[in-house]
Amino acid sequence: MVKDQEYLRSKASYCLDLAKKLGATGSSVTVGHSISETVNFRNNTLDESNRSDGLAISIETYLGKKRSSISSSNLLDDNIKTLIEKCFETTKNTPEDEFNSLPDKELLAKEIKNLNLYDETHFDNEKKIEYLKELESVASSEEKIVNTESSFTVNKSNFILANSDGFCNGYKSSSFSASCVTVAKDENSMERDYEFTSKRHLSDIKSAKELGEKASEQTIRKLSPNKIGSEKISIIFDKRIAKGMLGAFAGAISSNAIARGTSFLKDKINEQIFSETINVIDKPDMNKGVGSQIFDSEGVKSDTLNLIQNGILKNYLVDTYNGKKLNLKSNGRCGGTTNLYFDNGKISFEDLLNTNSKHIYVTETIGHGSNLVTGDYSVGATGFLIENGEFKFPVNEITIAGNFKDMFKNITLANDLDFEYSVNSPTMMIEGMTVAGK
Amino acid sequence: MSNFFDKSDLSRKDADKIVSDTLQNCDDGELYLEDTKSESILLDDNKIKSSSYSSDLGFGFRAITGEIVAYSHSNEISKDSLKKSSENLKSTLKSMKGTYNHDISRSNKKFYEDINPLEQKTLNSKLEVLNKVNEYLRKKDNSVKQVTTSFAGEQKSIEIIRSGGEVLTDVRPLIRFNVSVMLEKNGRKETGVYGIGGRQSYDEYLKNDNWKTVCEEAFRIASVNLESKPAPAGEMKVVLGPGWPAILIHEAIGHGLEGDFNRKKTSAFHDLMGQKVASEGVTIVDDGTIDNRRGSLTIDDEGTPTEKTVLIENGILKNFMQDRLNARLMNTKSTGSGRRENYRHVVLPRMRNTMMMSGNQTQEEMIKSVDKGIFAVSFGGGQVDITSGKFVFNCTEAYEINNGKIGSPIKGATLIGDGPSILKEVSMVGNDMMLDPGIGTCGKAGQGVPVGVAQPSILIDKMTVGGTKL
Repeated sequence: MVKDQEYLRSKASYCLDLAKKLGATGSSVTVGHSISETVNFRNNTLDESNRSDGLAISIETYLGKKRSSISSSNLLDDNIKTLIEKCFETTKNTPEDEFNSLPDKELLAKEIKNLNLYDETHFDNEKKIEYLKELESVASSEEKIVNTESSFTVNKSNFILANSDGFCNGYKSSSFSASCVTVAKDENSMERDYEFTSKRHLSDIKSAKELGEKASEQTIRKLSPNKIGSEKISIIFDKRIAKGMLGAFAGAISSNAIARGTSFLKDKINEQIFSETINVIDKPDMNKGVGSQIFDSEGVKSDTLNLIQNGILKNYLVDTYNGKKLNLKSNGRCGGTTNLYFDNGKISFEDLLNTNSKHIYVTETIGHGSNLVTGDYSVGATGFLIENGEFKFPVNEITIAGNFKDMFKNITLANDLDFEYSVNSPTMMIEGMTVAGK
Repeated sequence: MSNFFDKSDLSRKDADKIVSDTLQNCDDGELYLEDTKSESILLDDNKIKSSSYSSDLGFGFRAITGEIVAYSHSNEISKDSLKKSSENLKSTLKSMKGTYNHDISRSNKKFYEDINPLEQKTLNSKLEVLNKVNEYLRKKDNSVKQVTTSFAGEQKSIEIIRSGGEVLTDVRPLIRFNVSVMLEKNGRKETGVYGIGGRQSYDEYLKNDNWKTVCEEAFRIASVNLESKPAPAGEMKVVLGPGWPAILIHEAIGHGLEGDFNRKKTSAFHDLMGQKVASEGVTIVDDGTIDNRRGSLTIDDEGTPTEKTVLIENGILKNFMQDRLNARLMNTKSTGSGRRENYRHVVLPRMRNTMMMSGNQTQEEMIKSVDKGIFAVSFGGGQVDITSGKFVFNCTEAYEINNGKIGSPIKGATLIGDGPSILKEVSMVGNDMMLDPGIGTCGKAGQGVPVGVAQPSILIDKMTVGGTKL
């Protein structure tokens, strides 16, 4: 069982009291406990079981505008005492920073809405094994599948965030996740692909059968790939890759990158960043949402933000420190986005495939080729060649490159959005990128 | 050295008993105790942005029989907690029966000292260096618009208790110093990053105003990139500079030679042992025994002393890197490559310092031989798909080569290649082998561990460069 609120609250108030006694002018503390149990299968047999039980505490102390922090996994009172003393000693010796501050009191979350983020169902290892057995027998039923690895994890956690301005709140959350990785082989190649599901509630995850079938199908269709020539060509990003564009976008509008001047989207508020048809929303209060939160990691209430409206940049992701620097109020995004998504486009997936006579359909990218200072983008990719709306053959060992500034303006979205993850996108087409191959 | 039983109701004797009792019908396993103290101090945007300290204590208890690994970890070192873990392991392996392998090699060699780098320098003297870096770079040129510099240090003490009461210990210092600078000129912004580090005290890296050298290098890389032009797209010849570019070896070859992927036959190399996988003259080793290097370990995280493992000798595949589990299942010996990020993670076979050895050609000869290609001097991160063998890495400093001469710098582009065949495309190996500056972290299965790389300059006959210019 995860530790209850009372235990976490008592640890938190012990810390706040101690910091005050030492002379801190302010302090904040997060205490969390999380238990997760995983079972791994490989080639239809049990491979690994892993139980993880972790307490964690992190404390920040202030002396006027001076601040420092410590974190620990050891919650024994005398250890915490030593650490807080050390923390406050460091605070005294750290130079002042005029922007250091606890969050504004009026921005702190007042009510704790129930978003159904916790499902207390106990799904023991025997049941996980049953699920994985079914999953792997489905995944390995095709002859070309030579290896399967799958995993089921249940995580339950609870936390309290408290600060010296009287904020003290927290809540339980859970996640149930299953994944399957399959390897397929033919006379020309060996390929790997995957499928996974992760939800707050057990009853919402994909079935073992669906997961196994998808993983197997997605792997087999990659066999015997070709390399293609270098050219400018329109690229369609599968949903699981398209959502990565939002990740890069979120990084570039974080108030930290903006305040430091290291983002290609600095000073672009109220400017056209995407084409007019594009809307990007970050919605923290989705019922059972994988990325849902009631307040951010500083206790600031988070509301829905329309980040991009008709292609125009409306908001940065602001926390307290960088907000003060930029003269903006925190919008509860310390720690980043919550449930971030592109609104649906106007056309169907099939129509998107037919917009040009030839596309590359990208199902996987590798490498860390996003430069958020310049907007330059270059990654390795695998996928398929599409001609006249039909999947022709798998393609690999190519790179795709462009610059986000141009790419964002050339996005067309399909209308097939669903909310599988914390970041979601419909299928996406971007025109004018360069493919490098042979 | 940490005393893990000092403030616990668990005595060493209790721990021994629980370990032996839990593992009696298993093939292998151990109790791994870990105490890590770490700090990080960051100067950014003209201010000390953060100064943080962390202490992490916990255990990981592992039992293995056949191919099945049962693992349980907790940050509460107590009798109760260890017993709960023991029950958890027993329940996973209840229907199995194994024979415990007590054999583990021992060595007295140490590759770094038992120091605590955090205590060896006061906070104020660390802050002073960071402030000096900031002032130095901002005064250097008015194109400097942002400076970020940081220290990170840690001391990790580990203790491994095996069935039968055998105990193995290690104390590992690790530090890193980093400088990142952003320049802006004529509306263009570019960054340059450079860092140094290893398993020694801060002062070893900062003597003789060495921090200035780090600043100069970060500034130089950013300046080069301010002049960069769009990179070419397509297949061409690539000359790699010495040192850090060896992450190509790490990604393209290294991961594919880790024991687990080969036992599971998911690596493109699994059936190539003893065969020619690289051009003649290419020798690659993975070495955990170089003094004070970031990737070095006195013992690995299972207690096995590390070694210098020859992976490829003169083009022929000789060995995989092994932890105890994969070695046993593949009928071979651990190479001291069993590593974990911390007590929360299971052991996996991992790289340490991966190095391509020197040949006898010069970088000049290589460049001269290229009509059209690129010269890659430094890289950001890389990644590999073990199964298809395809790997990528991103250039952070690269130049065009035209008619045997180095031309303009080019924008950061991704290079993509095929692991099993790339080393057959190596047509020249330089005589200038160099170690990287001590900055690498390798990720695998969600676990990051410090690693090193080294190589001489090499010429690769054919690789795909992922630029935008056709």
